[in-house]
Amino acid sequence: MGERVLLARVGRKDSRSIASYLEDGGYRALRTVLTAGWTPEKLTDEVKKSGLRGRGGAGFPTGVKWTFVPKDTKGKPVYLLCNADESEPGTFKDRLLMEEDPHQVLEGVILSSYAIRCRNAYIYIRGEFFLGARVLDRALEEAYANGFLGENILGSGYSLDVTVHRGAGAYICGEETGLIESLEGKRGQPRIKPPFPAVWGVFGAPTIVNNVETLACVVHIVNRGAEWFAKIGRNEKNTGPKLYCLSGHVNRPGVYEAPMGLPMKELLFGADFGQGMKDSKRVKAVIPGGASAAMLTAEEIEDCPLDFDGLAAKKSMLGSAAIIVMNEETCIVDAARNLAKFFSHESCGQCTPCREGTPWLHRVLTRIETGEGRLEDIDLLEKISNQMANGMTICVFADAAIAPVLSSVGKFRDEFRHHVENKRCLVGRGSARPELATA
Amino acid sequence: MSGRRYRVQEAGRPAEFPPEAKARIEKILARYPTKQAALLPVLWVAQETWGWISKEAAEEVARVLELSPAHVDGVLTFYTMYNLRPVGKNLLQFCTSISCHLAGAGRLMEHCRARLGVDLEQTTPDGKFTVVEVECIAGCDRAPSMMVNDAYHEPMDERKLDALLDRLSGEA
Repeated sequence: MGERVLLARVGRKDSRSIASYLEDGGYRALRTVLTAGWTPEKLTDEVKKSGLRGRGGAGFPTGVKWTFVPKDTKGKPVYLLCNADESEPGTFKDRLLMEEDPHQVLEGVILSSYAIRCRNAYIYIRGEFFLGARVLDRALEEAYANGFLGENILGSGYSLDVTVHRGAGAYICGEETGLIESLEGKRGQPRIKPPFPAVWGVFGAPTIVNNVETLACVVHIVNRGAEWFAKIGRNEKNTGPKLYCLSGHVNRPGVYEAPMGLPMKELLFGADFGQGMKDSKRVKAVIPGGASAAMLTAEEIEDCPLDFDGLAAKKSMLGSAAIIVMNEETCIVDAARNLAKFFSHESCGQCTPCREGTPWLHRVLTRIETGEGRLEDIDLLEKISNQMANGMTICVFADAAIAPVLSSVGKFRDEFRHHVENKRCLVGRGSARPELATA
Repeated sequence: MSGRRYRVQEAGRPAEFPPEAKARIEKILARYPTKQAALLPVLWVAQETWGWISKEAAEEVARVLELSPAHVDGVLTFYTMYNLRPVGKNLLQFCTSISCHLAGAGRLMEHCRARLGVDLEQTTPDGKFTVVEVECIAGCDRAPSMMVNDAYHEPMDERKLDALLDRLSGEA
């Protein structure tokens, strides 16, 4: 296994405390930037040169995003929002970073705030992360007490306050404008763009929203240089260390760090990673980037680098790097139905195609799964999907919701057909619905 | 979520934040440029104060933050973690999203429901347990994952769940 950068301190005794973080060289990046004459522009340039792309799902270049904040904000403050709403099914890397190494996250927040001249930053953490929020709150106290937050940080003249803001259960608040609305004390319903948050974000002010892992990367870009970061990975468009969330039917699920572009097979079967399939079963399908990403077949993962462009080439996406592995005994119809249930439950309800389409997909998949489907239902799934997305809605939630449906129907059509014609599962015993398999 | 009711219910008695909650709210307000932005945190304070958020509690929140009760109701019912009615001492939250589903979360939740003799969203007569189904809680590598109140219990299986329920049943 290569060097651990983001996870270097995970597993260290007392990893949450500022004392241990300082012992390990923590807040050195902050000291460098604030006391060695780095301007916000220099920091932004370094991040641009590193090639860092957002780790939350969209993969937008972070440094470029920062430059979208207007030079003249007309007296308005600028806000940095750390997106810690990690809710994409299959994703659990930010939880680990926050619970085990909160100061790394915090140092990334402070550095990035400085880069965009932010005076007040918020960490929007999902409501279920009670522990993460407590750990971060404690870390904030320590950072204030040590002069890394508050007025005139390290005598630099730069001042920053950071607040942990807890969500309360809503997947859509991970969408950046949904998050902004939620932070303003409203329902987390995404906004029409433009204007983009960098111009008109929270409280009507320029706002940058960055993911937890993205912000943690900034610390290491400062400490080790943009060139070092840019050299890690498969090519200049897919750089840096990356956290992969591996779950499903593998021997050793977990969060793994590896250079961007790690081969999928290596993650699933490598001795340092998943160590192969549980009970030596075969792979049937893999979701490579969380529930919103198109499923891949066993053939498609043969030569599949886990990075933004590697998965885009397979017409799927890296998303939040949540790799969910399904073995040969998995009923694909049942998996698609489960994913559709999620999206149906989480649709915020403001756009008709999504509000009506997501439960419709769930109903159709449920009747196929329970043996009441009709052959035309298979085409119907595609028809509904194609009417929901591609610009029919305010945000990309509907695009996410149809990805598992279209990919499963497209790649496992025979299995759907078998379900309808035989009113039972193709996969037999061990399926997620054994009562149907044996019917 | 099956059985979930999106209506704010009356407690039948007025709600006023106790002094320590008021002090917390003052601190929260200092962190935001608008009172409305404090709505989610203050709703959390309300839930921690009363265990759930009644119509009267929501009205108190609206009054404190100078918001319309309709706005507060709209927000309150959008998010799944605010309890719109009283819940048991132990809120058993079963994740049934994809990774947990693949690990048999549905069967585990059924086992729990059958053992306690309640439907989803219902509370046992002794007031000790409420069973709810939740979407992905980021415990996918330790599937099936569940939470009891604010703590994770993962990976869970029927035997461990039985032991956990035995222990929690024995507590006052």
